[in-house]
Amino acid sequence: MKKLIEIISLKKDYYVGEVTVHALRGVDMVVNEGEFVAIMGASGSGKSTMLNIIGCLDKPTEGEYILDGIGISSLTKNDLSNLRNRKLGFVFQTYNLLPRTTALDNVELPLLYNKTVKTKERVERAKAALESVGLADRMHHKPNQLSGGQQQRVAIARSLVNDPVVILADEATGNLDTRTSYEIMALFQELNSKGKTIVFVTHEPDIAKCATRNIIFKDGLILRESPVKDRSMATEILATIPIEAD
Amino acid sequence: MNIKNLLKIAMNALLRNKLRAFLTMLGIIIGVASVIAMLGIGQGSKLSIQQQIAGMGLNLVTVVPGSQQRGGVQFGASTMQSLKEADVAAILSDCPSVQFATPEVRGNGQVVFGPLNWPTSLYGENESYLQIRERTVESGRMFTAGELTSAAKVCLIGKTVIDNLFGPGSDPVGQVIRFKKIPFLVIGVLAPKGLNTFGQDQDDLLLAPYTTVQKRVLAITWVQSIYTSAVDSKSTDDAAAQITETVRRQHKIKASDPDDFSIRNQAELLSTFSSVSNILTILLGAIAGISLLVGGIGIMNIMYVSVTERTREIGLRMAIGGKGFDILLQFLTESILLSITGGIIGILLGIGASKIIGSAMSWPIVVLPSSEILSFAVCTVIGVFFGWYPARKAASLDPIDALRYE
Ligand SMILES: Nc1ncnc2c1ncn2[C@@H]1O[C@H](COP(=O)(O)OP(=O)(O)OP(=O)(O)O)[C@@H](O)[C@H]1O
Ligand SMILES: [Mg+2]
Repeated sequence: MKKLIEIISLKKDYYVGEVTVHALRGVDMVVNEGEFVAIMGASGSGKSTMLNIIGCLDKPTEGEYILDGIGISSLTKNDLSNLRNRKLGFVFQTYNLLPRTTALDNVELPLLYNKTVKTKERVERAKAALESVGLADRMHHKPNQLSGGQQQRVAIARSLVNDPVVILADEATGNLDTRTSYEIMALFQELNSKGKTIVFVTHEPDIAKCATRNIIFKDGLILRESPVKDRSMATEILATIPIEAD
Repeated sequence: MNIKNLLKIAMNALLRNKLRAFLTMLGIIIGVASVIAMLGIGQGSKLSIQQQIAGMGLNLVTVVPGSQQRGGVQFGASTMQSLKEADVAAILSDCPSVQFATPEVRGNGQVVFGPLNWPTSLYGENESYLQIRERTVESGRMFTAGELTSAAKVCLIGKTVIDNLFGPGSDPVGQVIRFKKIPFLVIGVLAPKGLNTFGQDQDDLLLAPYTTVQKRVLAITWVQSIYTSAVDSKSTDDAAAQITETVRRQHKIKASDPDDFSIRNQAELLSTFSSVSNILTILLGAIAGISLLVGGIGIMNIMYVSVTERTREIGLRMAIGGKGFDILLQFLTESILLSITGGIIGILLGIGASKIIGSAMSWPIVVLPSSEILSFAVCTVIGVFFGWYPARKAASLDPIDALRYE
């Protein structure tokens, strides 16, 4: 199987005044193509730091990171921007949609920074991405006209639109209720079943069971990692959760 | 990111805060409008002065007694009486650049007709007066060479004097009026000319042969000044030089001695006034320019606010692949759009203002295309210049820090 993400004795230090925070203390980790990895761990254990480095938003203090065959350490800021634009998709806990901007325009955004994609293709791809997350009828709605779950689905559509090699989600279900969380997980599982590699951070063990593999962080190191036995299928769980009537 | 999308993003960002965008633009609008209006006013007043001076006769070269280097020295009567009739004849014969010349003598006094009287000036001139001063006779006639030699008691009359002695609209030709008790037959009426640059009424006068004024009114033998006109407005300097030479020879002035007369020419006056109004224009323009600068600082301020407000947006744009340069362009587009829109409105407003002010002051309305193009260019530069630092700040943000910004 192809190694998509390879991390070798990676360290990350933060300097706050006189104090040095060792957020990551030498992590080795591999994610293969087609995997669905959940990162777990106590608060402050370095999960977000790890995900940000995987997402090329942050650079490691020490160690190697190879994404899809490309060594990151030698790249310039602009190279990293291009890499994020072509190979990575982000889903944030707080959605991070542009306010007062329609769902369609939000989803088009990554393609605006890709010169090779022309206007017509851009709109088509954004529409297709929104359709694939079940929001075909909400294209011209603005974030404040959408529920949290719908906003997160727009964000997922945005992360998909550039056809990335991996989708990174940091507590993507953190702000959502149980049912909506499983709806999002169902979407992720569907994408994963179509071959998309996904790495996501979560605090909820039940949600983590939707993944194919769990990695547990502790104090900036990997405590343990294990394939998920009897994996949860979000669609099945959804069927058992009644739609709450207020 | 192409121009169209950049403009769309900038438009949306500005429309999101319409009032704020408008208030920011107001600085530029006022700045540009005042630059245009001030330059228009400066140019308008300059042009109006030029036209008036030209109206006095651009070819005019005047000789007056007394040296130019007078600084505080009392003049003896002899220097003030240095100009003679013979000088006029010499000028006419010896100065190729001079077309016409007339001696001038002038007396002030009451002019009386019937029960009415009016204080005015009596000008004694020769028959070239009309050509030299660019005047015309409205009715009646000019005095003749014969009347000049015989010192005939005839005169032409200006409109203001008619209004006050005969009543507006009447034709006094053929009437006899008295100036300092001396009767004059009115033979003509001078066409009105209005006020000159200095606010003097050019129609408040009587015009008579200089011989008459010299002998019968003032009882003098000298002339008070000599008015000449050069063959064209370009030869006034030549004419002045020739006149200086001729009159010095006439007065037998030694090479080492200063002139006992001085020469004024209209072109000189014109350039003095022009340079004064140029300074005025520059001053007004500079003040207006400062307000434009203040407008620019307003843009810079609001752009900093905008960058801070949208830090998370910047973080997101960077996270999904926006480069520093894309972010820089995005904010620069916004500030340029602000300043150019403000500039266009300001130009229109400035044109309007200079038209209103121009017509209120009855100045020629001058709207210089150059000042519009300049303002437009300045606005673009302001947009880039004052937008640059905020945009740089945005572009240099770290994606992670920007995303985490609260
Ligand atoms: N920008 C920063 N500056 C200084 N220290 C930081 C910074 N970001 C993270 N840290 C520190 O690094 C450590 C790891 O933080 P990180 O955000 O990766 O934890 P986490 O596992 O994501 O926690 P949580 O589950 O609460 O989100 C923490 O001790 C945190 O205080
Ligand atoms: Mg975290």
